[in-house]
Amino acid sequence: MDIAVLIKQVPDTYSERKLRKQDWTLDRDAADAVIDEIDSRGVETALQLTEAHGGEVTVLTMGPERAAESLRKALAMGAHKAVHVLDDGLAGSDALQTSAALAAAIRTLSVDLVITGNESTDGRTGSVPAMLAERLGLPQVTSVRTLEIDGPALRAERVHDGGYSEVTASLPALISVTEKINEPRYPNFKGIMAAKKKPVSTMGIDDLGLDPSTTGLANAASQVVDGTPRPPRTAGEKVADDGTGGTKVAEFLAAARLI
Amino acid sequence: MAEVLVLVDHHDGAVRKVTAELLTAAARLGAPSAVVVGKPGTAESLAAELGAFGATKVYAAESDDAANFLITPQVAGLAAAAAAANPAAVLLPATIDGREIAGRLAVRLNSGLLADAVDVESVDGDVVATQSAFGGEYTVRYKVTTGVPIISIRPNAIEATPTAASAQVVPVEITIDPAISATVIADHPEPVGDRPELGAAAVVVSGGRGVGSADKFRVVEELADSLGGAVGASRAAVDSGYYPPQFQVGQTGTTVSPQVYIALGISGAIQHRAGMQTSKTIIAVNKDSEAPIFEIADFGVVGDLFTVAPALTEAVKARKA
Repeated sequence: MDIAVLIKQVPDTYSERKLRKQDWTLDRDAADAVIDEIDSRGVETALQLTEAHGGEVTVLTMGPERAAESLRKALAMGAHKAVHVLDDGLAGSDALQTSAALAAAIRTLSVDLVITGNESTDGRTGSVPAMLAERLGLPQVTSVRTLEIDGPALRAERVHDGGYSEVTASLPALISVTEKINEPRYPNFKGIMAAKKKPVSTMGIDDLGLDPSTTGLANAASQVVDGTPRPPRTAGEKVADDGTGGTKVAEFLAAARLI
Repeated sequence: MAEVLVLVDHHDGAVRKVTAELLTAAARLGAPSAVVVGKPGTAESLAAELGAFGATKVYAAESDDAANFLITPQVAGLAAAAAAANPAAVLLPATIDGREIAGRLAVRLNSGLLADAVDVESVDGDVVATQSAFGGEYTVRYKVTTGVPIISIRPNAIEATPTAASAQVVPVEITIDPAISATVIADHPEPVGDRPELGAAAVVVSGGRGVGSADKFRVVEELADSLGGAVGASRAAVDSGYYPPQFQVGQTGTTVSPQVYIALGISGAIQHRAGMQTSKTIIAVNKDSEAPIFEIADFGVVGDLFTVAPALTEAVKARKA
């Protein structure tokens, strides 16, 4: 089975992240960029499936030049080829526009399964997978923690807010994986060397057949009205426990009418 | 006044609390209309309860198949109600399901999506939603420039106010396309017990690596129970197997914004802070006086959580007695 895996380069959540003051979009230079942790689990899922059932794994990303680093890492893990959706005209895309560009790129491949992370750690919209499924006319099973392929269908355990469900969907389909699905492999030296020779194709607005009057920040379906950095939270009172720490917390909460 | 559609979050014949919050938010923007997707008869049985929170109309998007398919029945129901109502906005809960329904609906209606809002208001005729980015580091207000604003709102962000209205049930036709739908074979609800839901609780007591073992989490639970709160856990505690993953608070778990957040034995890595720093009041107990959690705590105790937490539990019980 042939699989497309979407990956996203995001600011490292362990470093400080900033929004740009001019337009309140993500300042991608302010933080260390890493492949979203959840997406390497998506790559791992795809590799395990193609190892068992045959087929190729294509990794896709949309983002500036340096997003190619994330594609190389996925290729080093074992993905077969990569597609980089790269165009200055796509900068500042919202979820609706991002899903349109990614759907156009996925349509150029012929895949049985599309895999994404269930939520990126920067945007946290969590809706791009559902948007993609809608655009591609596919069933979607998100927040997947276990997955098996059973002939022309998939079976999965899907985590939701109140527990989990057993779910099936016919292929082709889209899934998003949670961090419980697997432990991603680390690229080895051989993989890193091999990745350098694997094909990475670049696609822009024209290649994707997108209408330039619908792309980018200026044409986004949602726009920023204004933004404010949160006033830094300041440390309050700190006491060393001398045996009365618990009582002091209770007094503090009672004084604030919280208990 | 234009209608504002609210997707009703219901389970086993009961309306979830977030629905009342969304109806309250909807009333700020227009006339609240509830959309019930479920088996035939569901809307009628919920109408009185929805009216008590201000719904003047209840769209009944009903089908025998509604419970068998994932996500797409709700998308079909909201799309049908939107076609009938030409609404000023569509509001959904920012839950796992709500976000997906919102995503598909945004494409189907070619409309802008504002996800995970903590507030909504009407400004000069525009619907403006407030989002909290990067775990509360930034507050950004957005509006939609294409189509109907579709807004998912974080549970517990808006306080529900009862407003008596009598709701009129209006049926709408829905068609669910099985070709684009995943089928639910079986649902396994987690036992919720008596504690409130983590994402919606007014008080959250969380334990971290400092708790030391699964057994010792009892200390965290006892404090939470004395306050009527939910129990949370840091990623370190979850990864160490002290507490189940669905209780993880942080960047990769649940984001909480309770009135009171009590961190026991949690150092306060950015990962964790991103999921709790919009809490109204933060209390921290940690042995390490240099732990970063103290930088954001309104009240901190440097000490052993195994003496401080039980003492606090007793003090709370004594005040309630």
